[in-house]
Amino acid sequence: MSIQDTIRDQVSQHKVVLYMKGTPQFPQCGFSANAANILRACGVTDFFSVNVLADPEIRQGIKEFSNWPTIPQLYVNGQFIGGSDILTELYQKGELQKLLVA
Amino acid sequence: MIDTVQAMRERLQALQPENVEVFDESAQHAGHAGAAGGGGHYRLVVVARQFSGLNAVARHRLVYQTLGDLMHGRVHALAITALTPEEL
Repeated sequence: MSIQDTIRDQVSQHKVVLYMKGTPQFPQCGFSANAANILRACGVTDFFSVNVLADPEIRQGIKEFSNWPTIPQLYVNGQFIGGSDILTELYQKGELQKLLVA
Repeated sequence: MIDTVQAMRERLQALQPENVEVFDESAQHAGHAGAAGGGGHYRLVVVARQFSGLNAVARHRLVYQTLGDLMHGRVHALAITALTPEEL
């Protein structure tokens, strides 16, 4: 299975998937920490997270998957939502909360 | 080598922006694990008419596309604020 297939499986099998550096408990980058914190603030505590620092193939592959060069990346219902700045913006507008319950 | 802030600023001229600000915030992040590959932390604000009608994902993609290969290596992290002149 190619790395792109692996990623496709991950984002289709889990409602909320966060590709990040480190883990939600021990984030290794401020942007990743911000993304995980925003999900928690939305009441989502059981999201599927992938630590890209533990898997160089995913780290590169996820950038190609959505044509998005940075990490973190959030997916909801298989859809790419955005990175740290966009999550902050959507959260402040109340739109992320709506996406997460849909 | 031309410095990265200047290089980013020059590339962003392609968006015909009304305003571009690029800040080097690397010093605030020195030594953290995710930055081990080198490359700096930057924050940019760009105001351009081209963003109108685009959602946030599309705006950020346009910025990334415009920065091109600078995103692969020299820029480790980038916070983007992309606005239309009306949104200022």
